[in-house]
Amino acid sequence: MLWAVATVTFFAVRLIPGDPAEAILGGPGSQTSPEALAAVRAEYGLDQPVLVQYLQQLGRLATGDLGRSYALNMDVGPLVLSQLGGTLLLAVLSLGVAWLIALLLATWSTGRGRMAARIGTGLEIVGAALPHFWLATTLIVVFSVWWGVLPPISTADARGLVLPVATLAIPLAGFLGQVMRESLNTALESPFVLSARARGESDRGVLWRHALRHAALPAISLSGWAFGSLISGAVVVETIFARPGLGRTLLNAVTVRDVPVVVGVVMVVAVAYILMTIVTDLASSLADPRPTEHGNGALS
Amino acid sequence: MSTTGPRDASSRAAVALAAGLHPPVALRVGNLRVGFGDASADDAVRGVSFEVRAGECLAIVGESGSGKSVTARSILGLAGAGARVSADELSLAGESVLGLSESAWRRRRGRAVGLVLQDALASLDPLRPIIREIGDSLRLHTRLDRAERSRRVLEVLDAAGLAQPELYAGRRSGELSGGQRQRALIAAALALDPPLLVADEPTTALDVTVQAQVLDLLEEVRARGTAIVLISHDLAVVGRIADRIAVMHEGRIIETGTTAEVLQNPRHAETRRMLAAVPVDRPRGSRLAPATAVREPVVAHPPARVPERLPERVPVSVASRTPAAEPVAEPVIALEAIGLSKSFRGPHGTLHRAVDEVSFRLPRGSTLGIVGESGSGKTTTARLALALTAADAGEVRLLGEAWSTLPERDRRARRSLVGAVYQDVLGSFDPRLSVREILRHAVAATAGSSSGGGSAGRRATAARVSALLDDVGLAETLLDRRPTDLSGGQRQRVGIARALASSPQILICDEPVSALDVSVQAQVLDLLDELQHELELSLLFISHDLGVIQHVSDQVAVMNDGRIVETGTAAEVFRAPAHPYTQALLAAVPRLP
Repeated sequence: MLWAVATVTFFAVRLIPGDPAEAILGGPGSQTSPEALAAVRAEYGLDQPVLVQYLQQLGRLATGDLGRSYALNMDVGPLVLSQLGGTLLLAVLSLGVAWLIALLLATWSTGRGRMAARIGTGLEIVGAALPHFWLATTLIVVFSVWWGVLPPISTADARGLVLPVATLAIPLAGFLGQVMRESLNTALESPFVLSARARGESDRGVLWRHALRHAALPAISLSGWAFGSLISGAVVVETIFARPGLGRTLLNAVTVRDVPVVVGVVMVVAVAYILMTIVTDLASSLADPRPTEHGNGALS
Repeated sequence: MSTTGPRDASSRAAVALAAGLHPPVALRVGNLRVGFGDASADDAVRGVSFEVRAGECLAIVGESGSGKSVTARSILGLAGAGARVSADELSLAGESVLGLSESAWRRRRGRAVGLVLQDALASLDPLRPIIREIGDSLRLHTRLDRAERSRRVLEVLDAAGLAQPELYAGRRSGELSGGQRQRALIAAALALDPPLLVADEPTTALDVTVQAQVLDLLEEVRARGTAIVLISHDLAVVGRIADRIAVMHEGRIIETGTTAEVLQNPRHAETRRMLAAVPVDRPRGSRLAPATAVREPVVAHPPARVPERLPERVPVSVASRTPAAEPVAEPVIALEAIGLSKSFRGPHGTLHRAVDEVSFRLPRGSTLGIVGESGSGKTTTARLALALTAADAGEVRLLGEAWSTLPERDRRARRSLVGAVYQDVLGSFDPRLSVREILRHAVAATAGSSSGGGSAGRRATAARVSALLDDVGLAETLLDRRPTDLSGGQRQRVGIARALASSPQILICDEPVSALDVSVQAQVLDLLDELQHELELSLLFISHDLGVIQHVSDQVAVMNDGRIVETGTAAEVFRAPAHPYTQALLAAVPRLP
């Protein structure tokens, strides 16, 4: 899995127009002498054939060495790790908030008549369809420019996190809510819920003891994917809110064709993604202890 | 099982009656009406009245849509969201429960009345261990702590006849066998020993041997003095344990009486029709449904035909009804299986032999019935015969030529010789296609390019579709409906029409009538019988229902654990079963008196 990520990234970065040696020496447009370029190419091994460069990079990655940034002239490892915390915090908070919104919306709007269900579904569809950049801009205009209650750029304190988290959480809550509502409705109509009611279980008991667990299952499986989409959403959100993090680091690195940083960020994100998938698989098998047909928690 | 006292509660009740002691009334329902829409004209339940006394079992029988399940649920105040329920009287143990608040109802559910549904796999939460499911009743209605609840659950499971309750209490419904699961479900309803038990089709999804055990359990429960309302479509099941039977039809009770009265001396025509449709002990060739019903009537049928055809319901001997296979020469073998074996990998990597050395011969124009309980390998055998699954060993031969051993490419040309009819016919249709499209696709698939494109080909296809519809007795007006808008019987007719589209010589039917009401089942069985004679079909007929198998088969093969344990003519196998398994199976079948 990691090898595939490294390979795809390595060749994808090559598709960006421009010469990495130029990037190292100050970016495209800077006046550099051919001698300087040649020296840099030799230093970074850029004069080697592509295949050799590829194997060298794989070798370095295998030993945990992410290389040195062309543009920032520092080791990629510490650079990426210093940015990782902010992005992880953003992603995990957004995932949590999205779950909360989705659960509240789904439980509020089921079993409360057709109107409530329609409102719930409508909110979910609209939420899921909102693009991050539009939502971020709108939130800034409303909360920072008009009302002035929250800062437009991300600050170190908790207040600075509210708008970025909301931007990421609202569309995701729409997705999760749609999935939860469907499985919640299925669960509420199933015979075991009728059995539970026949034992004297209340609506709330049915929800907490039976239906919610069934409703959560598909949303848990979806959370692994959702985490990935949150990280990619972080690129947009971190840029708009001027928030330090992996997303912005990645964007800057791509702009100046800083291959080691790009590869480094992508590798770290891939590792985080795999860890998150393991976590969701564990959560799934905790919530649903039934053995699956193809064995438990199989990981790609 | 822990039985105490006399098992025969009806005799006990009779003794009590003779002594002038009526057992107390557990449930009284007066003029119950339940509707779901606005129009009261199509209410699901239209004025139903009955009462059940302690230690008595009242069975409410009827076909799907008769309103029996809605009646059952109304007894617990669970008719459903948006249901309009009204009654002159509805009382549990003498206390009126009309117009109770939801919380008052909740206090009574589980304690004053318990409910058992069919299919315990879905009726117990598949994510929770049964000890917690059953314990919920105790948690809701008693002040017992966790340890005391667990102890009580084990007692209840034991009383419900679950062996080694400590071992199974921690399992989920999916980890139990069908019988264990149903016992757990009954235990959940009985945890607080309610004086009234409502059982809605409690044995419907079960194998006959398990069904017999569950009926025994219900009988014990009744003998302990619990009143039981048993909802069922199956008159034979009801006949085993009910004291009285109420027959429901279109939301009304059309007939009530003691079990013996209703089953032996039915007064209402609808009851008589239901009884006649049960294919228990009905030899091959006898008609199950009234003659006119075979071709599904769309407009009122001419009444003059009815008396004319009625004598056909009298059983006809096997020999006189098999013109296709006169035993002059050696009959052509339509389908032959030789030493078929197939294994599947189990959940723990162990090999499970689903089909083990199965051999059979299906002579042309006759019917071979394969009967067995769930997991016996019947369906795998059908798939092997269709060459949809590759056998590990053995081969299937079609009309004396190689079939299963050929590569699929060579087999495809002869696929049209074999048609298949499934139980879940709805699931085998694309739900977005109309009946016309379903049949047109089937016809086009077999005609291939031979009929040619253009309008001539289209006309030929349309003509074939009409002919197929006529074969299975469906009206052309149904052509533009979708399968979801059809009744179960109509759907199965479309399924048969689709199987006939390629003009097959062999029809493989896997539980074709298991999902149908008994009177619809009768019509479909009669239809298959007619088609067999008209088209000289050879039928491989797979079912768990011994009555159905006895009715349709010339030859019978009994399967158990992947093996054929007994074969013979239907008469031999059913009159004088040789294998102990067959004997046990036949003994477990509930019979009409």
